Amino acid sequence: MDILLDILAENGYISDEDITSLAAGLDMSSADVEQTVSFYHFFARKPMAKYNVYLNSSAIAVLKGREKIATAFERESGCSFGKVSEDGMISLDDCADIGMADQEPAALINGIVFPNLTAFRVKELVRDMRKGLSVDELRSHGLGDGMNNSEYMKATVTNNIRKKGAVIFSEYQGGSALEKVKADRMSQEQLIDLVKQSGLRGRGGAGFPTAMKWDFCRKAKGEKKYIFCNADEGEPGTFKDRVILTERPRLIFDGMALAGYAVGAEEGILYVRYEYMYMKEYLESILTEMRKEKALGKDASGIKGFNFDIRIQYGAGAYVCGEESALIESAEGKRGEPRDRPPFPVEKGYLGMPTAVNNVETLCSVAKLVTNGVEWFKSLGTGQSTGTKLLSISGDVKYPGVYEVEWGFSINDILEMSGGDPAAVQAVQVGGPSGSCVGPNEFERIVSYEDIATGGAMMVIGEDHDLLQDVVLNFTEFFIDESCGSCSTCRALTVMYKKTLEKVLSGDGRRKDIDAMLSWAPIGKASRCGLGQTAMNPICTSIKNFRYLYEGHIKNANEQYEGGFDIAKAVADSCEVVGRRPNL
Amino acid sequence: MSKAVIATTSMAGCFGCHMSFLDIDERILDLIELVEFNKSPIDDIKHFTKQCDIGLLEGGCSNSENVEVLKEFRKHCKILVSVGECAIMGGLPAMRNGIPIKECIDEAYLNGPTTKNCNPQRILPNDDELPMLLDRVYPCHEIVKIDYFLPGCAPRADLIWNALYALVTGDELKLPYEVFKYD
Repeated sequence: MDILLDILAENGYISDEDITSLAAGLDMSSADVEQTVSFYHFFARKPMAKYNVYLNSSAIAVLKGREKIATAFERESGCSFGKVSEDGMISLDDCADIGMADQEPAALINGIVFPNLTAFRVKELVRDMRKGLSVDELRSHGLGDGMNNSEYMKATVTNNIRKKGAVIFSEYQGGSALEKVKADRMSQEQLIDLVKQSGLRGRGGAGFPTAMKWDFCRKAKGEKKYIFCNADEGEPGTFKDRVILTERPRLIFDGMALAGYAVGAEEGILYVRYEYMYMKEYLESILTEMRKEKALGKDASGIKGFNFDIRIQYGAGAYVCGEESALIESAEGKRGEPRDRPPFPVEKGYLGMPTAVNNVETLCSVAKLVTNGVEWFKSLGTGQSTGTKLLSISGDVKYPGVYEVEWGFSINDILEMSGGDPAAVQAVQVGGPSGSCVGPNEFERIVSYEDIATGGAMMVIGEDHDLLQDVVLNFTEFFIDESCGSCSTCRALTVMYKKTLEKVLSGDGRRKDIDAMLSWAPIGKASRCGLGQTAMNPICTSIKNFRYLYEGHIKNANEQYEGGFDIAKAVADSCEVVGRRPNL
Repeated sequence: MSKAVIATTSMAGCFGCHMSFLDIDERILDLIELVEFNKSPIDDIKHFTKQCDIGLLEGGCSNSENVEVLKEFRKHCKILVSVGECAIMGGLPAMRNGIPIKECIDEAYLNGPTTKNCNPQRILPNDDELPMLLDRVYPCHEIVKIDYFLPGCAPRADLIWNALYALVTGDELKLPYEVFKYD
């Protein structure tokens, strides 16, 4: 992956020659290299332009006026999406969510994020690109807040931290968690036991108990063990890890070191999504500092016999890599296809060795709970959901951004916090596209592992948007694009869902189509990973909560069947090619 | 009891499903006792002469004639059964679905191994009498309502026989493992 990313950064694309020479150098077949390259969205195979613009097309971007920006780019650059401008200067492409839902519309230009775009800003950008300014110069008009402004990052991204909670965003003295372990002479078992007592569960969404994962990994047999920190957050509407990476990188790295100590790993790998490439130098600089401090390396943090270092692995644009086994495949330089389980990564993970993969927020929580104690941690949140949760709130609210709150809040509380008008809110998408689309009658539900779980994304959709067209269809298309294609239950079902939804939206649908979509849901559960298992959620949860929207599109409620087949449309092309008039 | 009336057709298929149907061997004698054929290649009746009970469909829809035949079947049959992969999912013919129609036509009439250099005037068949190609091959159920599906390429004779027998007699369909195991 790193070699390919370097080639991409250097040449802007990956050529046939690159693949051949890479295959020769790595003693692999060209097909093996090719299949990795073809998997990732950002590995371009053809020469691109000098400036490659990838404009986000996620649902939130659409709500925030993405179409206007797209038109502005097309008008200013004189080139259409999927193409390169005639002078070879600018190319325009779509991309899936880029982790900027609080500052959409946003685009990546040569791998660097440009958020909060306006038509006017697009005009400026295209003008500057035509002048041949460097991407660094393009963003010099105004940098973001906090560490975004730092020398190593110089990003125009803003943090939008709206609420600082006790765990993640409270002050943290770098290294103090490890000092605690050293001072208390804590053993591996004691550390795991501490985490167990805290009741900490994985913050990625599935909520697996962290201590149990570590214990499995510690007990598994293997010459080497690995810790992964999953910072791939590709779920549209999620951007909390972006802010933690920016403001609390040391907390993450300390959390990784603790995990490494607990399971007996010598190497930690931080897997970061490609869209956060602008942080690379900054994150590396923190690691360099830690090595200087001897917080990493031999006898790390002064703990005898604890040898631990961290490396950063970037992805190249694939949502499914957020799934832990796909993430491991990707870090091994392969296609990011989820593995069959068992064996689970804790038994056979990275390079076949026991591997614990944890979410960014989980590892940060560990570092804090070790520093401040279990009782303190348990005093936050509810019974089964201890600690705090970072929420990425976006969409139709006054104050989109990151909120750190104790578990046990309702959706109404969230709307109140973020300045959403409950009367003007049509729906809230809890937990990204793979989560649930809930309506006002469920806004009193409590967000926690006990009731409605979330990885942190809360997308608020106002009354004036077409929920099915702008959001549900968008999410369904997202799953089609991001499916790795391994399981037919995911590859084919997502397309069937899209086609049937489009049929309903076009007015050709029948009641039966709506019921059919619900009845297919169990088939998706046969997929290997969470993507395929949840890909039907946008449609199924919205049918459950907003059935009237679907039924509103049904014109002839009594008719049993309508295929939506239009023969005039179907023969038009072939008649044109052979030069005849259709005679129907 | 009067005999059930059956119609069959092969649209964008290879007649393999009909061949498989004939593989019922000596049971064909039972079949004749059980049913009467109307429009079907089996008795070569070209047009429907009456309303039928069951229509067996082989192949999907690749051109306008297929669509017409299929709609006729829907009109004349109480129950329609998609028989085999092509009727159910488009099958082999649907391999063209990802390829632009112009490329398909050029390959068939201009650049294919059997037509290359044989068509100097570059004629593409466009007589009004000819069926028009559809933009892609459609499975039957995307065009009309289909009641039952018998999978396989081709479905085994036993599967077709058992299904037909169950439909006509109202008995439960016998579905032993061997009948729908495909590898």
